[in-house]
Amino acid sequence: MQSFDVMNGNRAAAIGASLAKPDVIAAYPITPQTPVVEYLTQFVADGVLESAMSEVESELTAMSMVTGASLAGARTFTATSSQGLALMYEPYFRASTLRLPIVMAIVNREMISPQTVWGGPQDSISVRDSGWLQIYVEDNQEIMDMMIQAYKIAENEGVLLPINICYDGFYLSHMTEKVFIPEQEKVDAFLGRYQPNHIILDPSRPMAVDPLTNGELLMNYRYLHLEAQQNALQVIEETDKEFESLFGRSYGGLIESYRMEDAEYAIITMGSMTGAAKEAVDFARQNGKSIGLVKLRVLRPFPKSKIIEALSKVKAFGVVDRNVSFGWNTGVIYQEIKSALYESGQFMPSIPFIGGLGGEDLTLDMMIEAIETICHASESKETIWLTRE
Amino acid sequence: MNEIKEIRLHGRGGLGTVKAAESLVYAAVMDGIYANSIPFFGFERQGAPVTAYLRISQDPIRPKNRVYKPHAVVVMDPTLMKAVDVFEGIRENGIFVINTALDPKQLNIDPKVKTIVTVDANSIAMEILNNAITNTVMLGALIKGTGWVSLDRVMDKAGELWGEKNRQAVMRGFQDAKVTNL
Repeated sequence: MQSFDVMNGNRAAAIGASLAKPDVIAAYPITPQTPVVEYLTQFVADGVLESAMSEVESELTAMSMVTGASLAGARTFTATSSQGLALMYEPYFRASTLRLPIVMAIVNREMISPQTVWGGPQDSISVRDSGWLQIYVEDNQEIMDMMIQAYKIAENEGVLLPINICYDGFYLSHMTEKVFIPEQEKVDAFLGRYQPNHIILDPSRPMAVDPLTNGELLMNYRYLHLEAQQNALQVIEETDKEFESLFGRSYGGLIESYRMEDAEYAIITMGSMTGAAKEAVDFARQNGKSIGLVKLRVLRPFPKSKIIEALSKVKAFGVVDRNVSFGWNTGVIYQEIKSALYESGQFMPSIPFIGGLGGEDLTLDMMIEAIETICHASESKETIWLTRE
Repeated sequence: MNEIKEIRLHGRGGLGTVKAAESLVYAAVMDGIYANSIPFFGFERQGAPVTAYLRISQDPIRPKNRVYKPHAVVVMDPTLMKAVDVFEGIRENGIFVINTALDPKQLNIDPKVKTIVTVDANSIAMEILNNAITNTVMLGALIKGTGWVSLDRVMDKAGELWGEKNRQAVMRGFQDAKVTNL
């Protein structure tokens, strides 16, 4: 029987990471991620977590330290937000190209300027092409469960890539609700130990790591890295199923479809906005609208086939982006969904929405408005900004 | 209680507004129902206005949003009435819980409010806690005015978080709060 407690998203992340028993944790505090570091430090101080925990002097050092630890064969954890992620970019990219299965929570916070500390996934979305896996979650239970699944996915022999579990600053990081806590013994059995063979700093197994490499060989590394990203598609789905069999909760794998079975129109969401959007779908259904929702859970690898399949029967769709793609005049997710659909040969009207930047709320009323617009779409439209009246 | 009940709490940094909302979530969950709370503050500093949003329901709660149309509003510090529109969006027949030594008739109350709960939380907090941190007293008053979560659970959580005196402060808030139906 799983116990439960009442906790905010940061505590769910800290407990979830602790259940995976990382050998080394290095992190630097930044709003809204700070409590994750505080909780983990407390767990170590209380003796309930045996990790080597370092409060380093910057995010650059945090990522460098977990990189070194992972190279030495350790299971590792770190967490950051926005400007902290920006500061660690150099070792961030290297962690993926070194194929190190580091787990990092990104507590999504808008990028400056102007100065802001509030939510928005512009930080992690902006580094989506750095070779990491990226999963975006909807509530605190999903934070807890995905922290655990993250290690299973990242350490899979066919993947061996670092992974971000991304959750909205304040709307989840500081939101308090009931969360079930998986049993430690079951998590131990589910994850096993991390035993690297592909890259290891071990005097008894000498290996050249990261020497100066010519382009021909580097291209081979990139080819294999892209292949590992594609392998992760199946591994994420299998991990979701295995987790469900042990702990009783499934999130649908790469995407979650909500009331899509007979839907003529679709709204696509990601992260904590999904809850209000599901309410709006139910409201619209009561008013005779044939609408469903697709929640994008995994941004990297991009679940192209799942998106094509989910949208195969709709007359039109809209995407609510809590981020911007400079130069495209839309959000990033909208562009990626359209890229996926090009291959399917099905072209339907689509509407890009942008809202909820810098901690702004994506309210039920905004979602109802978005659905109304999607259900009357006969052609693709310019970006619609969801704003307070 | 079939629909989601929405509450907005107004406080100032240092008054324990966010923790008060979390205590209510805890109480609701232990009562076997559902709740969530989301705080909203600017740059964290003592004395700045802080808002916490709370939802309580018989069913799981999906929205992770602020509260715009509260069924109940709690004001931890009466001086906030001058700084913030505490009645913004309050529903018809709303419940208004305020820390004040004044009589309800002396207050400038929005006409949508049906039930006013008044309690002199500053005096009670000074008496029991020897400081003017009013959150636990106000929790008692809110429970008296709404009955949406159980007093015992909130008292237990207050005791766990802040000690026996705060457990008593919840009880005193409940006992001393005056409920006036307009």
